[in-house]
Amino acid sequence: MMEKSWEPKILAFLCNWCSYAGADLAGTSRIQYPSNIRVIRVPCSGRINPLFILKALQSGVDGVLVSGCHPGDCHYLSGNYIGRRKSATLKCFLEFLGIEGGRVQFSWVSAAEGVKFSRVVQEVTEEVKKLGPLKKFKKSSWFGVQSSEKENE
Amino acid sequence: MIQQKLREIAKELLMKKEVDLIIGFGEGTLPLRATPIFVRDPEEAERIIWNSFCENNLATYLHKFDRFKVGLIVKGCDARSVVALNLEKRFKNNPPFLIGVPCQRMVDRRKVKKAVKGEILKALEEDDRIIVEGEGFRVILKRDDFLYTSCQVCTHRTPVQANVLVDQPVEELPLVESHPDMDQFESKSLEERWKFFENEASRCIRCYACREACPMCYCRECFVDSSRPKWIEKGLSPSDLTFYHMVRAYHQSGRCSGCGSCERACPMEIRLNYLTQKLNRDAKELFGFEVGINPDGPPPLSTFETEDKQDFIK
Repeated sequence: MMEKSWEPKILAFLCNWCSYAGADLAGTSRIQYPSNIRVIRVPCSGRINPLFILKALQSGVDGVLVSGCHPGDCHYLSGNYIGRRKSATLKCFLEFLGIEGGRVQFSWVSAAEGVKFSRVVQEVTEEVKKLGPLKKFKKSSWFGVQSSEKENE
Repeated sequence: MIQQKLREIAKELLMKKEVDLIIGFGEGTLPLRATPIFVRDPEEAERIIWNSFCENNLATYLHKFDRFKVGLIVKGCDARSVVALNLEKRFKNNPPFLIGVPCQRMVDRRKVKKAVKGEILKALEEDDRIIVEGEGFRVILKRDDFLYTSCQVCTHRTPVQANVLVDQPVEELPLVESHPDMDQFESKSLEERWKFFENEASRCIRCYACREACPMCYCRECFVDSSRPKWIEKGLSPSDLTFYHMVRAYHQSGRCSGCGSCERACPMEIRLNYLTQKLNRDAKELFGFEVGINPDGPPPLSTFETEDKQDFIK
């Protein structure tokens, strides 16, 4: 019963200039995509500190999506290139440590790609759903010991 | 001999006032240990020693003495740390004067301790042998059997960029081809890998000795100490411990010289080297960057190529 009703929680970091506008376009165009994502708007995909991604996974999301402008289109000229290097090392490192690579996803979505945005969200949701809930280093409760004891009862 | 030469150089530099102080190694209070010493007086240069127990990475102290002109005694790995720090523009005013020692590879005191029964009260090094003495025993050990793993795989024993080299450069051949800890870890399955990592991290007591021993960990406020935002909670929950170890290691991405100081400093003997070794290998494979070899050019994560790998991006 529990298994069937489980839906993954996915955190999406969207760049203000491209992907966020792309998501907006998907919305205004009435394109459907899974409601599993929670969006955080960031100035640039290069702003994403890998610490954010790890913290999100620890705090209870099952997957993270980072989306920015296509290479060459960055509002800040090179932010997404820098972000790309960070993402590459982080993804390799997480897989090395034993966390499924599918939980941390990256994409390029421009402001004109509402359809692509919806497709990316669908793909990511499917993949994370297949992987199941992340139990590995999730904090038993966000506010610490008190409520985790309640969970055990 | 290296030790004598180090003393002479240190004395000369201090006499000529080319440096304010020399950071080197002195006799430790415990057997199998050498302790970092800070020599300001030419007379005191006689306290400097050199043997197979000079394991610390002295580049760590550069941050605390950044107002002084420092003469630093460096091994191959330490010199590469200095180069990496230089890339991050740590020495605008006072670049350190590097006294390079081609390294003979350092001896793992824990391996020696495990090889003998009883407490070691005295340890001596003679050529390629280590003689350890304790109550009722005297054992002669072959030096090369007790080296640090990080030293066995080392391929940069001669310091790069040293201002003076006290000895001839040594042959750059690793004793072991690839890091055994990393290979062993990588051959496991995903689940086993996580279990191993979690198990290692679970012994952590959050003393942060690994951070303090590392020359690359110089942030004024570490993410673990920050209270706003509070990245990590106090206490020893498995989740926080793994989180700390993941982020600490990841912060070394493209910066670690592989000196192994973090692992040596750990009182709980948590294995840490395989993590940074992996990041180093990634930096090499993905960006063709090796820490501390190229003295100019930005660190790999502060730059980019338009042709970087992106097959993982949707």
